Amino acid sequence: MNPILEALIKSVAVLAVALAGFAYMTWVERKFISRLQARIGPNRAGPFGLLQPVADGIKLIFKESITPANVDVLVYFLAPIVAVVPALVLFAVIPFGSDPAFQLASNINVGALYVMAVLGVGIYGMILAGWSSNNKYALLGGLRASAQVISYELGLGLAVLSVIMMASSASLNDIVAYQQPGNILGWLIFRQPIAAVIFAITALAELARAPFDLVEAEQELTAGFMTEYGGMKFALFYMSEYVKMIGMSALFVTFFLGGWSGPFVNEAPALSLVYFAIKVLACLLVMVWVRATLPRFRYDKLMGFGWKVLLPLGLLNVVVTALLIVAGVPGYK
Amino acid sequence: MSPDLLLFLIIALVAVAAALGMLFSRSALYAALFLIMNFGAVAVLYLLLNAPFLAVVQVSVYAGAIMVLFLFVIMLLGAERLGRDPEPATMRWQRPLAIVLAVVLIVQAVYVFAARAGAAPAVAEAVDAGPLNIGKTLINSYLLPFEVIAIVLLAAMIGAVVLTRDK
Repeated sequence: MNPILEALIKSVAVLAVALAGFAYMTWVERKFISRLQARIGPNRAGPFGLLQPVADGIKLIFKESITPANVDVLVYFLAPIVAVVPALVLFAVIPFGSDPAFQLASNINVGALYVMAVLGVGIYGMILAGWSSNNKYALLGGLRASAQVISYELGLGLAVLSVIMMASSASLNDIVAYQQPGNILGWLIFRQPIAAVIFAITALAELARAPFDLVEAEQELTAGFMTEYGGMKFALFYMSEYVKMIGMSALFVTFFLGGWSGPFVNEAPALSLVYFAIKVLACLLVMVWVRATLPRFRYDKLMGFGWKVLLPLGLLNVVVTALLIVAGVPGYK
Repeated sequence: MSPDLLLFLIIALVAVAAALGMLFSRSALYAALFLIMNFGAVAVLYLLLNAPFLAVVQVSVYAGAIMVLFLFVIMLLGAERLGRDPEPATMRWQRPLAIVLAVVLIVQAVYVFAARAGAAPAVAEAVDAGPLNIGKTLINSYLLPFEVIAIVLLAAMIGAVVLTRDK
């Protein structure tokens, strides 16, 4: 097949899945949280409220597009786009299944680093939205976002570094291949538990989700950086958050849960897609569960935790991993 | 014209335009944004040179970390607009000095360009510039510079900690 056509078809497929995933993730989150809080949740639009995301989307499209006074118009309109694009391009390197056809950019040797770069750039949407809105709550939200993401990116990088050291490759395909000695114990979560915990915590902080959602802490900052946004522009910020949630879950699955691996994958490659989807959904549900369980961090505690706990722990984990690999301990070769 | 050359020309144009935009922008925040655009364009140039590792690190370190801190400081200080008269009276020697240095740089660049006009363009060897090879090269061939840079960075870090410590 024509490579450009193939890339086009795959990109459209990934975009469609990501956007449908975003829409129905909002439904899953609302339903799951309401069950955890002994409520029923959305149940009016369609059976089990399944048409709720559609109704929300239509409502947001028909909202009046308001530009607040004295905003920096160019940056104000650019910020939601800048927020969404990194969330979507994150999926370019993730192997969704065992077949090369199930991946966009097949097997680039800097996959894990590409992911770090995209996540690093992903913060600009929040910062620019906060700055351009001409609103002190938004500005404070943007400031908090930049400080928080910079601080937790270090821990995230160290966790990913441990994984790269184990697989001795930064390609996501090699990392998945490394985790398949045929059984579940090959998954890196069992050999790199500390890295997995650090990754999970820093991923929540990077996403600015509860308990790290100080960026949009409603009691202090109304809605933080997106205070002045409405209609589809607001929806784009929402989209970037949920698409990034799916992306982060996919990364956690790839790094620590054996990626697409599972029984009978060799016989039926399409099964690998199913396994990947199930694992990602499990991670997403844990994120929602955490949101329903834990209260928000205080800002100084957040910074202290990132710099004084996660960063040293991550460094220690890298050193210990390196020693174990050099010493040739079984399971670390 | 090959697609690579066409891509190079477009990206180079974007890079130069972004650099000029950064220089002439009167808002510190827009200048920072132009700089980020420039970093992105240069990263694509690295990709065209078969150096994906360098490209990704360029985006990750410069656009993803350093510029976020720049924006943080710009927003924190609220110093995003330049006054009408940016030239303080005490720095009058700055402009002549800058002009002299700029002329020297341009003459140098033109001379190098002219001297090599007839020479065949350098062809980069098709090497694997992935993380593994870059790591090996750093540790084997360039160990001393690598360690020196590490010590310089460590010293800078300690300096920053000492300067900001509570008295």
